Amino acid sequence: MKSGLRTGLVAAGTVALLLVLNSLFTGSLVSGVAMPPYILQVICLAGINIILAVSLNLINGFTGQFSIGHAGFMAIGAYASAYVTVAWGDRFRGATSFLPEFARDGALLLFSLAVGALLAAIAGFFVGVPSLRLRGDYLAIVTLGFGEIIRVFILNIDAVGGARGYSGIPKLANFFWIYLFAAITVVVVSRTVKSSFGRTLIAIREDEIAAEAMGVDTTRSKVISFVLSSALAGIGGGLFGHYLMYLHTNSFTFIKSIEIIIMIVIGGLGSITGSVLGAMLFIALTEGLREFSQYRMVLFSLLLIIIMIVRPQGILGHLEFRQFFGRRRRLDAPTPPAIT
Amino acid sequence: MTTFLQQLVNGLSLGSIYALIALGYTMVYGVLRLINFAHGDVYMVGAYVGYYLSRKLQGKEPSLPNAILVMMGAMAACAIFGLIIERLAYRPVRKASRLTLLITAIGVSLFIENAAQLVFGADPKFFPSLAPRADFIVAGVRLTSEQITVIAVSFLLMILLRFFIQKTRTGKAMRAVSFNLDAAKLMGISTDRIIATTFAVGSALAAAAGVLIGMQIPKIDPLMGILYGLKAFVAAVLGGIGNVPGAVLGGLLIGTSEVMVVGYLSSTYRDAIAFGILILVLILRPQGILGRVTKEKV
Repeated sequence: MKSGLRTGLVAAGTVALLLVLNSLFTGSLVSGVAMPPYILQVICLAGINIILAVSLNLINGFTGQFSIGHAGFMAIGAYASAYVTVAWGDRFRGATSFLPEFARDGALLLFSLAVGALLAAIAGFFVGVPSLRLRGDYLAIVTLGFGEIIRVFILNIDAVGGARGYSGIPKLANFFWIYLFAAITVVVVSRTVKSSFGRTLIAIREDEIAAEAMGVDTTRSKVISFVLSSALAGIGGGLFGHYLMYLHTNSFTFIKSIEIIIMIVIGGLGSITGSVLGAMLFIALTEGLREFSQYRMVLFSLLLIIIMIVRPQGILGHLEFRQFFGRRRRLDAPTPPAIT
Repeated sequence: MTTFLQQLVNGLSLGSIYALIALGYTMVYGVLRLINFAHGDVYMVGAYVGYYLSRKLQGKEPSLPNAILVMMGAMAACAIFGLIIERLAYRPVRKASRLTLLITAIGVSLFIENAAQLVFGADPKFFPSLAPRADFIVAGVRLTSEQITVIAVSFLLMILLRFFIQKTRTGKAMRAVSFNLDAAKLMGISTDRIIATTFAVGSALAAAAGVLIGMQIPKIDPLMGILYGLKAFVAAVLGGIGNVPGAVLGGLLIGTSEVMVVGYLSSTYRDAIAFGILILVLILRPQGILGRVTKEKV
């Protein structure tokens, strides 16, 4: 009961803090004080990247399976939720006319994100079941292929703009919503990983055969983790669309999936704080190297290879931020086990 | 019927390209259990080497010796390229986990693609014609000389590979390494050398495919390796990954079904068919057509 109260207070505090920061950044709290729009946009995109990186880390880092089609699930979430607000928005607002204006927007956003997450989860189920039954690297290839197929598929749907891109999406997402969902993603993933179900995932990562011998239904665990990861990616995509107010399939290519992988590899596969750090570092590097954009991917790919050779566990390895800095000083932290 | 035969010929010539690339995937997977993501990009580099070599030979009439020279040059260059990739990127992480190896492979692939855009330029280039061309009409089916060359060269290379793997000492060692790396090492086989050879041979075959595609579809660009690589990988899985005849069979099947889908249904499904096949294979027969079921042991 007491811990329930504490959790509630922390949640309420986080929401309040985000609301205050949001109004401070947009300049409605203190007049004349506002974050420059460009910086605010970078911060918001970093938040979306955090959602994507943390959710991908659940499957790639904690479960030890390798998905390289995260952008595909993001695209499903983005287009589905954008379609919901564009096509059904007016009807939804009519049905919820008893609510004040901002609450109606919020409810519409939540509803559309739920639809996006659901569809992404369903897609994750259908991709996951055939490929996760098997051991090995098939998931990588299937997700890669799936990511491309879904992109081509969306490109051919005229109702969402096809090759012209999907414009006219209302701007429902802002700093508050993005970071609220980033926080929710971090909480959901870390609670999942710490649960007994999460330990089955880590067991699968460490040794699938041993996990199976211990009675873990490996396929079921892998599929659940993959579906959850896809649903969260769908939410990330939905926020992306409602923040930028425009979607184009070019934002969801193979390169996008690779970028998310780079974020979690930099930060450390199997570390949530590592993914957050990786996502922020990645966007900082991308924006910082904007003038050298043609060399950007060359640099990132080299970085990926070098990290794999020199420090394959990433910056934080399996450790969380606090463990990384805390334990090391007191006693020599055990070297994190290699990811298998 | 004539249309069907025509499609079949087109499919076989596309399929032999996939088969040549698939061989490299399947051989590397056989010895290292690694999906060499960079393999499709080696194929792209092969096409570019062929392009620059044939530009050097331009001014002379298109002739058979020139074509052979270009092909040999590209194969040799890519064999060395494959060796370099193996030595610099894969060997340092070979002892690490498979996930590390896989991420490294993705990194190498991205690096080659992006570096190629800087070195070769991102815009497509047009492959000059290498050999005098002619069309033959057999029973109403049009056979272009390029198609005949593609099919003939591919089959020649595949027969040579078969001979190499089955009859030579190195080939025998390669089969031993693929059967059990540790045991092969204990038997005195230099596994490092065999793995390097595997990369060299696979890359040379990919380069041959690159030159052949340059002759057939004369447009080449730095990202052409992605899609061809993926489809060839699907071909290798379809035939049974790690199985050499399987890769050839898979390549021909994927090429033919792709052409048939374009011919009889719609070209928008062109790239989807390979992945549809992949999903079906994974559900129905994950070990592939010719693959054998292997139990994973502790």
